Amino acid sequence: MDMNFTAGELAFEQTVAAFVAENLPADIKDKVDRGIELNREEVRRWMEILGQKGWAATNWDKKDGGPGFTIAEKFLAEDAIFMNGAPKMVHFGTRMVGPVLLAFGTEEQKAKYVPKILTSEEVWCQGYSEPQAGSDLAQLQCSAVLDGDEYVINGTKIWTTSAHCADRMFALVRTSKEARKQEGITCLLIDLNAPGVEIRPIITLDGKHVFNQEFFDNVRVPVADRVGEEGDGWRIAKFLLGHERSNATYVSMNKRNLRKLKEIMADQRADGERLADDPGFVRKVADLEQDVLATTTMAMRQLAAASADKPMGTEASIMKLRVMDAYKQCHELMMEAGAYYAQPFERGHIRGEANTEWVGPDYLYRMSPDYFESRAMSIAGGSHEIQKDILAKRALGL
Amino acid sequence: MDFELSEDQVLLQESVTRFVADNYSFEQRRKLVDTDQGYSDKQWSQFAELGWLGMPFAEDVGGYGGTPVETMVVLEEFGKGLVAEPYISTIVLGGGALVHGGTAAQQQELIPQIAEGNLKLALGFAERQSRYNLADVQTKVEKSGGDYVLSGMKSVVFGAPTANKFIVSARTSGGARDEGGVSLFLVDADASGVSVRGYPTVDGMRAGEVTLDGVKVGADALMGAEGEGFGALETTIDYAIAATAAEAVGAMSALNDMTLEYIKTREQFGQPIGKFQVLQHRMVDMFIAHEEAKSMAMMAAMRIDDEDANERRKAASATKVQIAKSARFVGQQSIQLHGGIGMTDEYAAGHYFKRLTMIDRSYGDGDYHLARFGALS
Repeated sequence: MDMNFTAGELAFEQTVAAFVAENLPADIKDKVDRGIELNREEVRRWMEILGQKGWAATNWDKKDGGPGFTIAEKFLAEDAIFMNGAPKMVHFGTRMVGPVLLAFGTEEQKAKYVPKILTSEEVWCQGYSEPQAGSDLAQLQCSAVLDGDEYVINGTKIWTTSAHCADRMFALVRTSKEARKQEGITCLLIDLNAPGVEIRPIITLDGKHVFNQEFFDNVRVPVADRVGEEGDGWRIAKFLLGHERSNATYVSMNKRNLRKLKEIMADQRADGERLADDPGFVRKVADLEQDVLATTTMAMRQLAAASADKPMGTEASIMKLRVMDAYKQCHELMMEAGAYYAQPFERGHIRGEANTEWVGPDYLYRMSPDYFESRAMSIAGGSHEIQKDILAKRALGL
Repeated sequence: MDFELSEDQVLLQESVTRFVADNYSFEQRRKLVDTDQGYSDKQWSQFAELGWLGMPFAEDVGGYGGTPVETMVVLEEFGKGLVAEPYISTIVLGGGALVHGGTAAQQQELIPQIAEGNLKLALGFAERQSRYNLADVQTKVEKSGGDYVLSGMKSVVFGAPTANKFIVSARTSGGARDEGGVSLFLVDADASGVSVRGYPTVDGMRAGEVTLDGVKVGADALMGAEGEGFGALETTIDYAIAATAAEAVGAMSALNDMTLEYIKTREQFGQPIGKFQVLQHRMVDMFIAHEEAKSMAMMAAMRIDDEDANERRKAASATKVQIAKSARFVGQQSIQLHGGIGMTDEYAAGHYFKRLTMIDRSYGDGDYHLARFGALS
């Protein structure tokens, strides 16, 4: 057994860190530090910079335009990119649509869509959930009816991250009403600029506009934009779940947030002393730090198994549960650290649109909004309750 | 042994319930907190007419002789509707400081105006470096003839933007965190040298940073004896803990009701999700958390005016610890059980969660009060 990365791997990590330190634009770094969402131009600009090194899609093979990282290199590269101030790599194009097209797409589809995914020239979003199909996704009803060489889409999708910034949607739609719900689901690539598409913003508790609800009114999608055959949708969705082998981003994010929490503790005062010297608070943070270490170790174990091509078990569910618990706890502690100054809330500052000075220490203005936002982490992408159901069934045979 | 409300208290409760039902639907509340001021002057006048502003004050200063139980009754119903008017800041904090620390003359002059709805107060007790320690006061006082000159800043002062007068803690003597030497002063909001940087808080209410830049006040602005204001300040904050505990109990009951309704009606996997045992047990835990908090709020209402200061402190701190546990659990789990919709600004649950979070963060958090309770036991 060996937990260490090789000297070569570590040197590689340093190369990535150095590149990011030198090339992450100051305005983007500032926005990320201040927790303000990037706009499309900024996302594209950063992806183009990463693209110079072929790092826009860290999970892709060389033959597909990616860097062809080993799993260890991918883990280290993403960690180094993230720990040096870069934005979250939640990129539906490279993480979702790209891998699906590479695995299931036709040559025409790959030629049409893959290059623009790599450059972020086209931005994608994911159309899965519906108002009546959340945890029970297989119940989805958004219908696609064949009419000549086009599907006609009617229905709605909800909780779609950044649909308002996207060009296209990777959607699961219902092409037939089978006895078994999953068998009637098909993957379609929908042009969000097509007639009949309406996108409505959903504002969340933290005041941000991240999510949307989309309405499709007789939207026409060419059959050429169907991925796989009719009825393949559920299988493709499961492929994606298995394909994303780790919650690496959130493991890194927890480390980064923990670092930030400690900065806050060093600055905040209680009875003339630093909060960092308050034994009670320190104990709570130590507990969290131990959790972060445990999840990082689990991530490495998962990584090692994947590297050795061992079948992936239920690690993804365990990781999601524990990584997100730590994420939520860290935000709870950051907010607690703020005491009274966790209370002021000015929407303009949250959106990066204010021209007044912030009230209180600069690092605190996002603490409460981020705490509220963090509550979604045990809901989105398969709630904690669902993850435990999966583990009970698949890990324990219950 | 009697935990029941009196007939008059039940009538009071019914009138507040009616008011909230008529004026504080979630949509009405949402529109109101989005206005510049964040609350309604008209409704404030109605509170005066209904006797709620004068409720906790002695009859000989224009009040109705109410006890902390009456305050509990009012605040619990306010919590159910997330009432946004500055009741806590004017009546409980400002009014409380006047009652516990003001001179007879100050009480006689100001309390009638408060009861009539013509005077709003805000109590400035926290500072940048103070965290939850009420004795950590660096706002300084210089004497100038018979006058006092105040310099410093009070942080996150609830109700500051529309207060007519501030009551602030400032240091006339002693070291940075000595209880002795803390004095309370009345300051007009429009006095020369006073500036307010107002802002909304996460829960839709309003607060502000109050800067005092060489503010000169007369001897009649000093509340009580010089250097002896800490006791009154601490008592006032303990009363505020009891009052906001009741508000939190009301908010928790509203959250539990809407969450229960949701899990009974939301269907996934072919049945209401409330049929799943995991969610049933979670809902039961939320139900229990509310009951415990309610019990402690009732205890606080009955013990907070205990003449033994240590009994009062223990009651306040134990109650705050309960609120920290219950409000956090109910708030967090109500969002979890609602799934995606709980995360939206459009739906009520998040707003209750935010108010509970801010109550948790005020007057000392759970950790602070656990330590205080431990030290007193």
